[in-house]
Amino acid sequence: MNSTTALFYVFSAVLLGAGFGVITARSTVHAALYLVLAFFSAACVWMLLKAEFLAIALVLVYVGAVMVLFLFVVMMLDINTDAFRENFWRHFPLAGIVGALIALEMTLILRGGFDLGTPKPLPADMAGVANTKLLGIEIYTNYLYPLQLAAVLLLVAIIAAIALTLRERKDSRHMDPSQQVRARKADRVRIVKMAPVVEAPPAPPPAPQEKA
Amino acid sequence: MATPALSHFLSLGAILFALSVIGIFLNRRNLIVLLMAIELMLLAVNTNFIAFSYFLSDMDGQVFVFFILTVAAAESAIGLAILVVLFRNRASINVQDMDTLKG
Repeated sequence: MNSTTALFYVFSAVLLGAGFGVITARSTVHAALYLVLAFFSAACVWMLLKAEFLAIALVLVYVGAVMVLFLFVVMMLDINTDAFRENFWRHFPLAGIVGALIALEMTLILRGGFDLGTPKPLPADMAGVANTKLLGIEIYTNYLYPLQLAAVLLLVAIIAAIALTLRERKDSRHMDPSQQVRARKADRVRIVKMAPVVEAPPAPPPAPQEKA
Repeated sequence: MATPALSHFLSLGAILFALSVIGIFLNRRNLIVLLMAIELMLLAVNTNFIAFSYFLSDMDGQVFVFFILTVAAAESAIGLAILVVLFRNRASINVQDMDTLKG
C-alpha cells in the first residue's frame, strides 16, 4: 500500500464520516460545518485524481461562498430544531434499506464492468500540460457556447435571488422615479377662488382703562 | 494494488450518494438539511465524473463537473432565497407546514 492509497482511504473515511455528520447532526449549524468538512475532503480526493483546478474551485466556491451563504441563512432564521428531532429515527429502517440497496446495486455494477486498472496515458500533445490549462483549452474551444449559457444562468440566479428576497421597507426615504414622472399639476396645486374683498375682523374689545 | 483503482472512487461516490438518500429520509422536515443532502448528492456525482475523467484521460468529464458546480451554486442560491421568503411568510421551515396546495 503506497502513500496515494493510504491518503485515499484517509480522505474517504473523513468524507463519509462528515457526510454521516451532516445527516444526523443535532443542530443545523453543526450540519453546515460538517458539510464544509465533507467538501474539503472531497477536494482532497479530487486532488488525488489530478483535478487540481476543480479541487481549488470546490474549496473557493463551495467552502468560501455557498457554505457561508448556508451559515448566514441558518443563523439568520430563528429555527426551533427540537420540533424536527421528534420521531427522527422512525423512518431509519426504510431509509437504511433503500440506501444500502442503492449502494449495493451501484457497487455490483461497478465491480464487474468498470475496472479500468491504470489510467490511460495522455495523448502526446497533452502530456506535461497543467490541468488548468487543459481545462481552459477544452472549455474555451469546444464548450464556449455552454460556457456562455452557464454565465446567463448565473445572472438569472442573481436576479431571481434578489427579486425573491427584496422587501419594500416602510421607513426608508427614497425617490420613486415612476411616481415622479406620473405627477400632474392638478395633484400638487389647487387654485381657490376667493372674494377680492375680505371683511375686516371685528375690532378687539378695548383694553380696560388703568386707574391712576 | 499500487494505487486506488477506478472502482474504489466509484464505490466512494455510491456510498456517499446512498448516505445522502438516507439523509433525505431522516431529515424529512428540515428544509435546510434537505438542501445540504442535495449538495452532498451532487458532490458524489461529481466525484464519479472526475474519476472517469482521470481513468479515461478525457477532459470532458471535468468540463461537466465545472458546469454542474455552476448549476449547483445557482440552485442553492435560489433555494435559500425561497427558504428565506418562506420563513418570512410562515415563520417555519418545516416541510409539513407547507400544505397550502393540498386539496
